[in-house]
Amino acid sequence: MTTNLETAAHPEALRRVAIDPVSRVEGHGKVTILLDEHNKVHQVRLHIVEFRGFEKFIQGRPYWEVPVMVQRLCGICPVSHQLAASKALDAIVGAKHVTPTAEKNRRLMHYGQILQSHALHFFHLCSPDLLFGFDSDVAKRNIVGIAEQHPETAKRGILLRKFGQEVIRHTAGKRIHGTGAVPGGVNKSLTIAERDLLLKDIYQMVSWSRDAVHLVKQLHHQHPELYNSFGAFRANFMSLVGFDGSLDLYHGRLRARDENGNLLFDGVDYQDYSQLIAEEVKNWSYMKFPYLKSLGTEKGWYRVGPLSRVQNCDFISTPLAEIERREFVAYSGVMPMHAPLGYHWARMIEMLHAAEMIKDLLHDDDILGSDLMATGERGFEGVGVIEAPRGTLIHHYRVDEQDLVTMCNLIVSTTHNNQAMNEAVRRVAQQYLHGHEITEGLLNHIEVAIRAFDPCLSCATHALGKMPLQIEVLDAAGINLSSLSRTSEGVLS
Amino acid sequence: MPCSTICADSPRPQLGEGQGERAGEREVLIFAIGNESRGDDALAPLLLRSLETELTARASQFECLEEFQLQIEHIMDMQGRAAVLFVDAGMDTPAPFDFYRVQADDSAMLYSHALTPAALLKVYAQCEPTPPPEAFVLCIRGESFELGESLSVPATENLVAAQVFLKSWLQNMRS
Repeated sequence: MTTNLETAAHPEALRRVAIDPVSRVEGHGKVTILLDEHNKVHQVRLHIVEFRGFEKFIQGRPYWEVPVMVQRLCGICPVSHQLAASKALDAIVGAKHVTPTAEKNRRLMHYGQILQSHALHFFHLCSPDLLFGFDSDVAKRNIVGIAEQHPETAKRGILLRKFGQEVIRHTAGKRIHGTGAVPGGVNKSLTIAERDLLLKDIYQMVSWSRDAVHLVKQLHHQHPELYNSFGAFRANFMSLVGFDGSLDLYHGRLRARDENGNLLFDGVDYQDYSQLIAEEVKNWSYMKFPYLKSLGTEKGWYRVGPLSRVQNCDFISTPLAEIERREFVAYSGVMPMHAPLGYHWARMIEMLHAAEMIKDLLHDDDILGSDLMATGERGFEGVGVIEAPRGTLIHHYRVDEQDLVTMCNLIVSTTHNNQAMNEAVRRVAQQYLHGHEITEGLLNHIEVAIRAFDPCLSCATHALGKMPLQIEVLDAAGINLSSLSRTSEGVLS
Repeated sequence: MPCSTICADSPRPQLGEGQGERAGEREVLIFAIGNESRGDDALAPLLLRSLETELTARASQFECLEEFQLQIEHIMDMQGRAAVLFVDAGMDTPAPFDFYRVQADDSAMLYSHALTPAALLKVYAQCEPTPPPEAFVLCIRGESFELGESLSVPATENLVAAQVFLKSWLQNMRS
């Protein structure tokens, strides 16, 4: 499954190209490429500054603060962290099962997060590449360009995302730092007024989500040679699956398949995740490389996220998304789809599913209930797993008698996908860069492959003037042969 | 691969009543952008909280929103406003702070999930039938943005200067 481009045999004789930072992804990542004098690719690495210090940040805090604290880890998926933490800490307060009102409000919050995050990713971050072309004018290849050329598409993206944010606001209490989900349940349920407000728009959101699936499906049908092969590599894949085998992004059991779609394991309680998954450390990356222990480091790495989930489940419980899933599976044929651009199609199917789930939950009176909290025998350790927008998210805590967190372990989606993203950029480098003069457009091909995974390399730090892009070509002695810079104002030089 | 026809015939989306609170009821919107768990990135949220008394007293005129970062849907919060103020922390900003008018910028580029105020105004101009509101940036200089850090000493001093300035700006907005 792996390429041989992770480590060059003689790096000292090669020149280095760096894409730093990778743009239109959350947080800070960079790609380094080693080339010989004929521009042949010998080494490609995606380096990511991970959630360094997060676990330490959490340790020593009272456990009840954690669902709020972890939201500050990431400006893009705070709800995912809040929910995973709350699920893990349910065990600390002895809530083996939260109340129906609590679970349905948490699910509503989660599907609001899925909707807004997938809309953000597709409409804002990837549609510029997909609608304009990977090597189109860099000045227009962004959401502002989309707003100019495809105003209806841009506006739909805005309204879908806004709707998802409103679902979050009403369930979490406020836009950011929400406190809706807490250990043992939720601290508020939806009011009738809030439900009715959301109901006014949900049918439009379902309709637009279905249109979005059709848009990305049309792109696949129009350009199958590109969409089926761009950066394609074969891999195992893993996700949560509902207890009935359905796509369930909030709760379930762990299931993994090999590259041919055969089950590797199924029905595994995620409390036992550490028996299945180990993490390899490589000296060139801050981010670890998870793998399935049973297969080892070479063969055990895997992929998570929409492309895995839509192919890992047996069915989708909502009717419109299920129709689309079946078409997706039929398009792929007897073997699973492994092409990274397939993520976009799968992601839009999930967005449609999320919209349908929100509609169904808004029609469920449990969402208005007053039985918010469950309790039980005090525990001291808990694991919470959800399928966040980008993939499987694991939170694991131990808490002492004084209610302080003594151990925290987080495995985030992007970490699960570390090896897979590296494989994708290596394939793209082989397909498009090998033997060619490097241009910005060609380098964007690398970024397109990374963005397909929707990595969240989050630091959640927003500061003006912090996001330049610099590409440098160095010779074997480290001498700068040429460079391209982009300032925070977008000026190329 | 350009796809110029796929989206062209779609009906123009309409904003439903369910899309949150009606914007524009209060004439001035203030965004506080930053993550208070990341050192000096907390400058903007802390500044607004330090002026909570003044802002609460004039809640009919000012609305404040805290966000980690600006995003495209924030144009909907800007609808119907007379003015928008973006408060942020920046490393390249001269101490103690910079204050300037910002306008829609055609060349504003996007790097991450976040937009610059100029890019947001550009999106507003492209998506909305009316011109964007008058907009200003108050960018306070920060030094360090690491997770778990508290505010740095220089940033604390810059915050005090920004408080004095913003108080005065709020009072001027009265007239």
